[in-house]
Amino acid sequence: MQIMTSIAENNIRLDAVMSVHKMLKPVVFIFCLLPLMMIMWQAFTNGLGANPAETILDAMGNWAVYFLLITLTVTPLRRLTGWGGIVRLRRMFGLFVFFYASLHLLSYIWFDQYFDWHEIVNDIIKRPFISLGFMTFVLLIPLMLTSNKAMIIRLKANWKRLHQLVYPIAIMATVHFFLMTRADFQQPVIIALILSVLLMYRLVVYFQKKAARL
Amino acid sequence: MSFLIKKPDDIKSSEITSQSVYHERREFIKKMSLATTALIGAGHLSLAEAKAYPELAKSQFSSADKLTSLDDIKSYNNFYEFGTGKVDPAKNAKNFNPKPWSIAVEGEIEKPGVFDLEDFVKPYALEERIYRFRCVEGWSMVIPWVGFPLADMIKQFKPTSKAKYVEFVTLYDKEKMPGQAIRVLPWPYTEGLRIDEAMNPLTLMAVGLYGDELPNQNGAPIRLVVPWKYGFKNIKSIVKIRFTEHEPVSTWHKIGPKEYGFYSNVNPDVDHPRWSQKTERRIGEPFWSPKIQTQMFNGYSEQVAHLYSGMDLKRFF
Repeated sequence: MQIMTSIAENNIRLDAVMSVHKMLKPVVFIFCLLPLMMIMWQAFTNGLGANPAETILDAMGNWAVYFLLITLTVTPLRRLTGWGGIVRLRRMFGLFVFFYASLHLLSYIWFDQYFDWHEIVNDIIKRPFISLGFMTFVLLIPLMLTSNKAMIIRLKANWKRLHQLVYPIAIMATVHFFLMTRADFQQPVIIALILSVLLMYRLVVYFQKKAARL
Repeated sequence: MSFLIKKPDDIKSSEITSQSVYHERREFIKKMSLATTALIGAGHLSLAEAKAYPELAKSQFSSADKLTSLDDIKSYNNFYEFGTGKVDPAKNAKNFNPKPWSIAVEGEIEKPGVFDLEDFVKPYALEERIYRFRCVEGWSMVIPWVGFPLADMIKQFKPTSKAKYVEFVTLYDKEKMPGQAIRVLPWPYTEGLRIDEAMNPLTLMAVGLYGDELPNQNGAPIRLVVPWKYGFKNIKSIVKIRFTEHEPVSTWHKIGPKEYGFYSNVNPDVDHPRWSQKTERRIGEPFWSPKIQTQMFNGYSEQVAHLYSGMDLKRFF
């Protein structure tokens, strides 16, 4: 709080604030890696339970979805708190979605199919929940590739339009979760509820802006 | 002291002449087991020696596969009556008390009745059966069950000519089985077999595993084991056995008729609609290693294939 009040007073203090902001990213980065580090720690200490392949596959998929929800929370949170600094974390959260989704896909390819490409292609063609999961991953690729400054500048207005893909991606990931569930839908229902609040927020903002323009 | 501990084993069922003598002896055994417990408490005996079924006949049907560890068998369960997570049953079944337990046997039989579990199990010779266990989800275990052939029991109850199927029902008691408070499945859990499947010598009524009583999370005090069918057919904590003329409806079939058939025989050539059944993850093997090939009828073709000759197994999945 002391730092906050002194921002207006002098530039030397401002530097201190900037360094806190600079610290923010690496600290959050470490936190985002914690789920993976937890899994690795458990793998080395025999803590993944009777079916580690399933534990890893599920955990990576869950964390990809959690980071998707975290990414989508950034904009509403900025508007509600007025803290602009959080937007600087959005790209990192988004890249962690891709990171955990990749590990989820790798776990499937390795533990579930053991690199049997014939079976994998078969699965993608024949099984809706795997088709959907695969398509969701494919859609993440352009977002990951265009997540740097150079691409933002190059794509201009198209960049924003491209990155609106995050909305169908989030819906597809949630449906993927529903389609693979056997009987207990508690977890995907909670995710669907959170996602609908986040999407509703955007709809409300969109219509408010539209009304303001009229 | 070894004389006292050996005593329970000396009581053979053939020596039992009357109910009263039997009960006197049970009292004696109880007192002895209390004494044994006291000894264990005092550290004179290791727990390993206090197993419920220390001496069991071996079976020709036993698999030579490497046994899954007791720890894995007890900590990785699909038993939705105690929660839908794999580790939930181990936690939520801790306080489940399967004693006393009674079983109702009814329907198309000459001698229906309700029996105390002890009396129900008493007439049969228990044996150890090491069976492969294949879950519909694509994982498998190798489990040393303790039990008796269901056929032995069925013969006792003299089914009528109308008895074409056997239906099994799990206990429905929200107080004892907290998972039943949520309707993830239409309780009570029910399962069924065709009478010839039930009479097959492989079909087992299990009351234990690893030489001991069934752990609660594995379906205490009594469950069905049908090793050539997917795991969910192996209904747990049975309170009712009903002989019927018509095919019973299994619980999973009720909520997913396209995914879980009445037969549900292990079959690598018939996929579950959402995943392939060609391979399985053997619990206990390194997770980075490839899965193993699933065998037709889980490797029990020799004993059971004839039950389905002429049947289209893709249709009757």
